Amino acid sequence: MEERIYERLLRATRREFYQQVSIDPTVPQLLEKAERDGVETVWHRYLAQQPQCGFGLLGDCCRNCNMGPCRIDPFGYGPSRGICGATADTIVARNLMRALAAGAAAHSDHARDIIEVFRGIVDGWAKDYRIADEQKLLGVAKALGIEVDGKGTLEVAREVVEVAEMEFGKPGNEPLRFLNAYAPKRRKELWNKLGITPRAIDREVTEIMHRTHMGVDADPLSLIAQGLRAALADGWSGSMMATMFSDVMFGTPKPIRIWSNLGVLREDAVNVMVHGHNPLLSMKIAEVAKDPELVELARSLGAEGGINVVGMCCTGNEVLMRLGVPIAGNFLQQELAIITGALEAVIVDYQCLMPALVDVASCYHTKIITTEPKARIPGAIHIEFDKAKAEESAKKIVRLAVENFKNRVKERVFIPKEKMEAMVGFSVEAILSALGGTLEPLADALRSGKVKGIAGVVGCNNPKVRQDSSHVAITRELIANDVLVVGTGCWAIAMSKHGLFKPEAAELAGPGLREVCKALGIPPALHMGSCVDCSRMLIALAALSEHLGVDMSDLPVVGSAPEWYSEKAVSIGSYFVASGLFVHLGTVPPVLGSPKVVEILTKGAEELLGGKFFVETDPHKAVKAMLEHIREKRRKLGWPE
Amino acid sequence: MIQPLEEFIIYVDPSRCLGCRSCEVACAVEHSSSKQLFSAISEDPRPKPRTSVVVADGVYVPMRCMHCDPAPCVKACPTGSMRRTDEGFVVSDPARCIGCRTCLLACPFGHPSYSSRGKVIKCDHCIDRFKSGMPPACVEACPTGALRFGRAEELLGEERRRRALEMITGLGEGGVVYRRAASPVLVGR
Repeated sequence: MEERIYERLLRATRREFYQQVSIDPTVPQLLEKAERDGVETVWHRYLAQQPQCGFGLLGDCCRNCNMGPCRIDPFGYGPSRGICGATADTIVARNLMRALAAGAAAHSDHARDIIEVFRGIVDGWAKDYRIADEQKLLGVAKALGIEVDGKGTLEVAREVVEVAEMEFGKPGNEPLRFLNAYAPKRRKELWNKLGITPRAIDREVTEIMHRTHMGVDADPLSLIAQGLRAALADGWSGSMMATMFSDVMFGTPKPIRIWSNLGVLREDAVNVMVHGHNPLLSMKIAEVAKDPELVELARSLGAEGGINVVGMCCTGNEVLMRLGVPIAGNFLQQELAIITGALEAVIVDYQCLMPALVDVASCYHTKIITTEPKARIPGAIHIEFDKAKAEESAKKIVRLAVENFKNRVKERVFIPKEKMEAMVGFSVEAILSALGGTLEPLADALRSGKVKGIAGVVGCNNPKVRQDSSHVAITRELIANDVLVVGTGCWAIAMSKHGLFKPEAAELAGPGLREVCKALGIPPALHMGSCVDCSRMLIALAALSEHLGVDMSDLPVVGSAPEWYSEKAVSIGSYFVASGLFVHLGTVPPVLGSPKVVEILTKGAEELLGGKFFVETDPHKAVKAMLEHIREKRRKLGWPE
Repeated sequence: MIQPLEEFIIYVDPSRCLGCRSCEVACAVEHSSSKQLFSAISEDPRPKPRTSVVVADGVYVPMRCMHCDPAPCVKACPTGSMRRTDEGFVVSDPARCIGCRTCLLACPFGHPSYSSRGKVIKCDHCIDRFKSGMPPACVEACPTGALRFGRAEELLGEERRRRALEMITGLGEGGVVYRRAASPVLVGR
C-alpha cells in the first residue's frame, strides 16, 4: 500500500506541505495566503485528526444501541463480539449499510425537492419555473407507459409527476416504475431472482434503518443484499428522477465551452458562488444575476464588471452544463475560494458544505447564505428560498451579495491566474446526437477495438489523496489505453481544471480513441454532469447493452471512484456493482475489520451480480486491474484485444 | 550519561483518558512488520499491543512501561536480555530472552507480557520512531492528551504552570490523587 499521505505531510516543511496536498497550482498559492491571514483549512484539520481511530477505519465499532458502544479488537486479543453478540462481520456490514442508506437518502431527497417544484408547475404555484424540454418529458412519459397522443403538455406532466411522487413511498411489492421503465430486461430478471428489486425508495432506506437496529438482521450477506436494493432504488429511480426532472425544467445539457478553476473569480465584479447540489436555486441565482437593476446596483458600488456567478461542487456542474456558468473548483477548494478575499457571497443549498465555511468567511467580508431549512450552518445568514416566489427570493439573496461589495478589502484580494477552458455537457442525448442519432458508431468502435472499453469515473476529493492526482493519473492512463472515459461530480471538475476536457486532449489518447474523438470533435473524457447524473451513465450503459444484445455485466466497462469520501459515493458504487460493473475504489472503505464483508464485496458479489468492488489506492495498479477486466470482457465477447 | 531532567518521558494523565484504546491499536500497528493498520490486522503472528487501558475504580488508566530507573525488571533478568539503551529506555532482547518471566514478577506495574513465541515482549518506547524524531505511536494516537511525550523538564514545567494557573484563578479542583488504598469491593473482600 502507498505510504499514507499524512505521514508525508507530518514530515514536510510548510512549503512542501502546500505543494503536496494538491496538484492544482491554485492550492499552494492560497494556502500561503491562508497562513498569512491566519486561516485554517481542510488540510490543517485533516492533520489535526491524525492518526485516525483504528476502530473507525476498520469499521468495527458499533454505536447502534445504548448497551454499547462496542468494539471488536482487530488483533484478536480483546473482545471478538459486541455486548449483544454481534461479530465484526455483523457490525461492519451494518455500519456500511447505514452509510449507504444515508447516501441513497441524500440523492433521493434532492429528487423529491425537484419533483415538488415540478408538481408546482403542474398545479400552477411554481410560476418562475417552466417546462423547458418538452421532448424529454414526452420521452419519460412514453418510457413509463403513459399515453401521450392527443394530450396537452401539462396533462402529460401531471400524469408523469403522479408516477414520480409515488416512487418514494408507493405501497405494495411492485418494482419501482422508473427502474422498470429504464433497466434492461436481463438485469431486472436477475434482481428479481436475487430478491433485491426495489419497491419504493423511502421503504428501502427505512428497511436498512430497521434491519440495522439492535436485534434484527445479523447476517452480513442479507444486510448487503438490502443495501444493494436501496442503492438500486437510488440509481434507477431517485437519482434518475433528479436528473430527468432537472433536464425537463432547465433543459437537457448540450456541449458547451466553459472556464474552470479559481481564476474565474474577477477583481472588477461582484463574485457570487453557488455551492451545493440542487439546481432549483442555483439556476435562478444565475438567471437573476443578469437582472439589469441588480447589475446597475453592482456598477454603482464600483463593480465595473457587474455580477459574476461561479459554481462550486455539483450545483456548479448543474449550472455550467446548462448556462455555461464558470466553475471555481471542486470539493477541497470551497474554503480557498473565500480565502481569495474576492467573494461577496457563498450561496448554498445542501450536501458537501463544510461547516468550516463560516469560520473561514469570518476572516473576510464574505457572507455565507444558507437557503434550505434542512441545511443550516451556525453563524451563516439564513434566507429561506421560497420556491413559489423563486425569482423574488433569488433577487433578495443576490442583492445582499451585491451590497456586500462595498465591504471588500482590495488589499486583501488575491485571485490566482489559473483557469482552464473545457468542453462540457455530454448528456446521453448529446452523446447520441454527436454519434449521429444511433449508438452504432460507438458499438462499432468497441467491437473493432478502436475503443477498447468505457470507464465511468466519478466522485469526490478526499484529503487522504493528493487533490486531483488520482483523478488525473487514472484518466490519463485509461485514455492512453484507448478507453473512453465518462464521468461526473468532482472528477468532472478536476478534468475541466486540468485540461482533459479540451477536444485537443485527444492527443493524449491512444491511436484508436484519438481517431474517434477527432472525427467527432469531442474530448477523450466526457462530462456527464453532477453526482446525481451518474444515472445518465446507467441509461447509456443500459442502451448499449440492449443495442449489443448482451447483459450490462458483459460489457467491457469499468467504474472508478479514485478520491471518494461521501456516503453518496457508497450508494453510487453499490448501484453500479448491482448493475454488473467492476467498480474501483481509490480510498479504503471502513470494511477491513470484517474478512467476510470484504469477501462478499470483492468476490461473492461477482458470482451473483457480475459486478464487484476492487480497492486500490495506487492509481497505476488500479488502471492495470481495470484494463485487465476490460480485456477479459472483450475476450468473452470474442472481440479483438 | 543522561541527566534525569533531560530524560524523555511519557506523561500519563488518567484524568484525560476516555478509554478509546487508540493507543493499543497504534502500539500493535507500530510493532507489526508492515506498520500499516490495514495489512497489520492479517499478519501472522498477530501484532500485539504493549500498552493497555485498564479500568481501575471507574477511572481509565493507560498502563504502559514507566522505563523505571533503576528498573526492577533489569535487575531481575537472569540473562541480561532486559537492558537499558543509550537513550535511557528499557528494552528486552528476544535473542537473549529465555521466557522465564522473572521480569513479570519484578515489574511494579504488571507491564511485560508474554508472546506466543515464548518470549517476553514489552514497550520499547518506539525507539525506532524516537531515533527519527517522532513521538511514540501511543502518544501520537492519543486524541485527548492523556499520553504526552517530551523532555521531563518541559512536561513537568507545563504541568506546574497549569496547576499554578488553577491556584491563582481558583478554578482548579485540586490535584487528583490516584495513589490510594483500593476499596474493599475492588479487592473482593
